[in-house]
Amino acid sequence: MTPTLSGRIQTRIFLLAVIGGLITLVIVPVLPGSAPLGDKYRDGFLILLSVAVLGVLWELLYHFLMQWRWEKDWPTLFGLATGVPEGLLVWLLLSAGAVPGIVGHVGGAAFLIQFILIWLGVWLAANGPMRVPFIRWRFIGGRVW
Amino acid sequence: MSGGPGDLTGDLIATDSWTDEMVAAAGIPIVDVPLVSVGGGMGSFVTVDYLRIAGATTGRIRVLSDIDYPWQTYEYLTRVSQIPRPERIRSDSASRPDNIWGFPSYALAEAIHDRSLKPLRQVLVEPIWADYYTPRAGQVFTGLEREAKRIRYSDMLVKGQVRMVRRRKGGGYFTILTPPDAKPARRVAYRSQFVHLAVGYPGLKFLPELQAFRTENQDFYHVVSAYEDHEHVYDRLRAKQGVVLIRGGGIVASRVLQRLMDDRAKYNLSTEIVHLFRTYISGSHGPGPWMRRKGGNGWAYQGFNYPKSVWGGQLKAKMRRLEGDQRATEYKLMGGTNTPYRRSWQQQMNEGRAGGWYRVLAGTAEQIKVREDGMVISQVKTSQGVGEVAADFVIDCTGLEADISEHRVLADLLEHSGAGRNPVGRLDVERTFELRGTSSGTGVIYASGAATLGGYFPGVDTFLGLQIAAQEITDDLARRGFCPKIGPGRSVSQWLRWARNRQP
Repeated sequence: MTPTLSGRIQTRIFLLAVIGGLITLVIVPVLPGSAPLGDKYRDGFLILLSVAVLGVLWELLYHFLMQWRWEKDWPTLFGLATGVPEGLLVWLLLSAGAVPGIVGHVGGAAFLIQFILIWLGVWLAANGPMRVPFIRWRFIGGRVW
Repeated sequence: MSGGPGDLTGDLIATDSWTDEMVAAAGIPIVDVPLVSVGGGMGSFVTVDYLRIAGATTGRIRVLSDIDYPWQTYEYLTRVSQIPRPERIRSDSASRPDNIWGFPSYALAEAIHDRSLKPLRQVLVEPIWADYYTPRAGQVFTGLEREAKRIRYSDMLVKGQVRMVRRRKGGGYFTILTPPDAKPARRVAYRSQFVHLAVGYPGLKFLPELQAFRTENQDFYHVVSAYEDHEHVYDRLRAKQGVVLIRGGGIVASRVLQRLMDDRAKYNLSTEIVHLFRTYISGSHGPGPWMRRKGGNGWAYQGFNYPKSVWGGQLKAKMRRLEGDQRATEYKLMGGTNTPYRRSWQQQMNEGRAGGWYRVLAGTAEQIKVREDGMVISQVKTSQGVGEVAADFVIDCTGLEADISEHRVLADLLEHSGAGRNPVGRLDVERTFELRGTSSGTGVIYASGAATLGGYFPGVDTFLGLQIAAQEITDDLARRGFCPKIGPGRSVSQWLRWARNRQP
């Protein structure tokens, strides 16, 4: 991908909201954990929101790192691999109780399943299907609006 | 001036803006159509494809062309410059001229077709742990054929030679076509509100010393251009050991080198190669750490013609804002002659250098002559002084392009219709690809492709660049009421039609 800074941020917010939202909606009821469904949904969407909010900061770093690349591109694998530090950070914050509004206890397995599915879903969508409804998206640095 | 009934008159040729009566008085039949695309190569095809998907019917478009199918010239050029159908072109996986969405990408399509994960693995790890994935020429042509049938391209194609485009008094344009059979009249005038020009490269230019050699000696055997058929060189080298001098440091030089080295290995030949670089790149180069391109052994390395973000990212956004000299400078920085770093080529060149049969020189050739024994002697000026290189063949891979005024239609536009030049000397287009200075009432001329290089968008002479131009043109035409604008809904429904191979 060849994003601009605003394109990165917009794509992230848009895809997390749409793809991440759908995945969260579907996956939460079957995630391990004994909390009431309402609490699980609340926590699930708060995790999604954390990925989005922290992600905006991460994008600043990625944009900075991209400046060292002659092509000013962001290779496909980078988009996938950055999920590791991003997921770790969210998990650390969750464990430290630093994510506001979490009501229950989010188990490691539940977090891992939800995060990996969201990350893969967003990454896959950004690497192809996104171009189908939005034919101008890839030519304007990934801006959605 | 007139060549008989229905031909151009001196009056028409001398007049910038024509009335309907003038054309009728000359006996030239008039055909009305809202939009004509002049060229009929890849540029016309990609633009017409976009317009058809946006909802324009075949009856509203005519493509005026002297070739039978859009990829004819492209396929000829790739074949002679050593990319036959089984070889891979230099184009990104998602740059599909037969699919405006670029999805599924070539890599995904190849993976599905070949039931192999290899192409997908390559796009996953490119460009760091593998070379950029690029599609095979054959895959590109097969896809184009399918898409041409799907949009009923042949229904829009009119064969003939376009002579000129002139403004029409009252708005719009006349495009003068000379049909192959010249019946019933010698010329036909297409009267349209919109004209799209995609005439391709104005022409090929040789290095001056090679041109002088060819003109003086009428020798088209020893000194050849990589852009013309030159199979005789490879045939001769298979029959008898020889030395080849290669000129140029771009993708075509890489290709020709590969062919020579492949043949060397395949047929156990002892061909010797001398490679003359005019500009020798010894390592990474550029103005600073944030703009440094890799290079080495003479070459500047870059995956595609331009840094990748020119087609949609940071550099595209930046160039769109630059004018005049600033833009020209930026073009020089990121353009220039370059070739992709491919692991297989590196290996071949390393073997050649180690074996002493691939030698590199940096300098210019001043004079070329044929010795009595048939060897071509190039007088080469390097930093170490002047020396002579004797070779059986010289292959010019520089791909110098002629000035746009070498093209008759473009020259006429510059002279009669208000078209101008951009900071690098080609046709000056707006961000919408409207040809500046040529509007006529509600009529607009658009231009895309190589003739417009130097505009707000650099990658014009590439597959993806043609699509970007086509998108801008289609959006502008939608604003002017020619066709609907492609929104997300239409885009999805049209993609589904594409996927099922249904007409737009």
